[in-house]
Amino acid sequence: MTSTPESPSSEMSETTSASSGDSGVRVVEAEHLLSLCGISKDFGPVQALRDVDLDVPVGQVTALIGDNGAGKTVLIKTISGIYPPSSGHIFWKGREIHPHTPRDSAELGIATVYQDLALCDNLDIVQNMYLGREETRFGQLDEIKMELATKELLKDLAVSTVKSVRQLVASLSGGQRQAIAVARAVMRDSELVIMDEPTAALGVSQTAQVLELVRQLASRGIAVILISHNLNDVFSVADRIAVLHLGYLVSQGPVSNYDRSSAVEMLTTGASSRVHPTPPLAG
Amino acid sequence: MSIPIEDQSAHRPDERPATSAATFLNQVKRMWQGESGLGPILFGLLALIIYFEVRSSVFLSAGNITNLFIQSTIFILLGMAEIWVLLMGDIDLSVGFSAGIGGAVAVILTSTQHNWPFWIALPLGLVACTLVSAVWGVMVIRLRLPSFIVTLAGQIGLAGVLLYLINSQGNSGGSLPVQEKVLYYLVWGNLTPVATWIVIMVSVVLLSWTILRSDQRRRTAGLDEKPLWLAFAKVGLLVVAGVLLALIFNTNRSTFTTLNGMPFAIPIDLGVLAGGTYILTKTRAGRYIYAIGGNVEAARRAGINVNRYRLLAFTLSGFTTGIAGLLYVSRLNGISTGIEGGTYVLYAVAAAVIGGTSLFGGRGKMIHAVIGGLVVATIGNGMALINVSASGLYIVTALVLLAAVTVDSVARRGNSTNR
Repeated sequence: MTSTPESPSSEMSETTSASSGDSGVRVVEAEHLLSLCGISKDFGPVQALRDVDLDVPVGQVTALIGDNGAGKTVLIKTISGIYPPSSGHIFWKGREIHPHTPRDSAELGIATVYQDLALCDNLDIVQNMYLGREETRFGQLDEIKMELATKELLKDLAVSTVKSVRQLVASLSGGQRQAIAVARAVMRDSELVIMDEPTAALGVSQTAQVLELVRQLASRGIAVILISHNLNDVFSVADRIAVLHLGYLVSQGPVSNYDRSSAVEMLTTGASSRVHPTPPLAG
Repeated sequence: MSIPIEDQSAHRPDERPATSAATFLNQVKRMWQGESGLGPILFGLLALIIYFEVRSSVFLSAGNITNLFIQSTIFILLGMAEIWVLLMGDIDLSVGFSAGIGGAVAVILTSTQHNWPFWIALPLGLVACTLVSAVWGVMVIRLRLPSFIVTLAGQIGLAGVLLYLINSQGNSGGSLPVQEKVLYYLVWGNLTPVATWIVIMVSVVLLSWTILRSDQRRRTAGLDEKPLWLAFAKVGLLVVAGVLLALIFNTNRSTFTTLNGMPFAIPIDLGVLAGGTYILTKTRAGRYIYAIGGNVEAARRAGINVNRYRLLAFTLSGFTTGIAGLLYVSRLNGISTGIEGGTYVLYAVAAAVIGGTSLFGGRGKMIHAVIGGLVVATIGNGMALINVSASGLYIVTALVLLAAVTVDSVARRGNSTNR
């Protein structure tokens, strides 16, 4: 586990001041790559997110946990521009942004790896890595340049299990596919990679590979938001934890502030009787 | 920090296969399993050729082989037109009648009645087919209709339009003859033997250069997975095939007069093949067409303008259909209301699928239509030589199609983790 640059106490005071700040507009500290302030999202009568404040620091893995229907997916879709928020502010490197399409957020450097991974089975690894932004040479695809860069990147990310970068994605295992989808986000110079349940369908060794890859991203200075149901994964890889419950962000802070039982309690009830890393948001 | 390794052998630096024999077997296996997709079907074609040659000594005569190439032209070109849309998981059932219309436009405009020059009339035939396919494309993309239904309606509608066109030319009696030299020569004209050698050798040299150059570039970049002999083997095969073809085409095919040289239709086929292959393998447009066929949502999320490239593929399909139409009227020396547009579509799809193109999108190559078209034409030609009835011809074609799809499907199952 890498150490968190911030100390738990400063973290706590920061979050507390945010929740007690006036009308959700606050000074955003520059070291947070992404900050959400008072984000709400409703779909007609259904309130999926209520006044969510979340900070995502550079080079750290922020695990977003919550029960089904807690609003995890809506939250990441809000960040990635699929659902613009009903109210609230999103700050990217201290500057307010209004992503309205996935393209907007992608251009800022936010990459989202959904569960379906969005890979083309009929294309090989290199072709998938460069899909939509192929290198060309005299108007022709520059396969060699793309292949070399792909090899280099996979090596950097310690993805060592693929035999050839020219094999079709159809022939890859679930963990390898996940690795390719993540590597693609890295290749596009993303500064924030959002991963939706990356280990949900994987076995033990493949899960370990993907979690290792997540650590690799963080050590390259990339911020990661990781949605997971699996607390084992969360505690083994995350630097920070944010808990969503029924649309409220009930708690966030460094992973050292939590243990399994307090996390489970907060997931299910929205509060913990044993540990109070941060108070539940004041209403 | 290293990832647990599933397969230790996967990244050992000294992974190169031990012997060249092992490499060779590996290559053969890969070819057979459909990585290039052509192994089984080339074997099948060879079997057909041997069978027909045993049954009829005329089969492998220079005259009949040339004839076979001409017969296969329509299947090859319509098959290539079909591959553009098949790659995206679409289908175009109207190419048969669309080709007929393109041909009819050229025939009518160059007729003695209208007397337009060929260099306007022939391109207008191509434009007609391109527009037809573009209209299908717009309907499929904008209105989100299934291409099967749109082009089925199109097939019926175009059959009507074709009837109207032919009957509109006064007292045609249901058929219009080709009355213009260039249109006639598209199929029936021959290059001189010297020109045949030149065209074939230039093609061989260009293709060999491409193969060797790309191999050399990969090697320089340190990406030399494939053995060097493979590239030279390809070049060797090309040279042998080129020389054989030139010798065949340059043999006198007539008993009464001198008839030799390569029919114009063949360089036209090769040109369309080269153009299509270039677009599919060397350009972004081609890459995107494959991506759309493989996973349209992934393509969209990668920022690809999916609608634009789908329309492009439909348009290219239409253009290729137009070329097929011109060669069709040239070969039949006219256009008649009796054109079997519906049957030609099915043979076109069959040619593509026999060659190895998937009906479900994402997988296919232009060369598939060439091989598949040759198979379809070989069956037709050979069965006629050994006096098999039409019923037998249909049944055998059906069996070959089924066999091709089965081999393909089985080969693919072993190759993929998720289907």
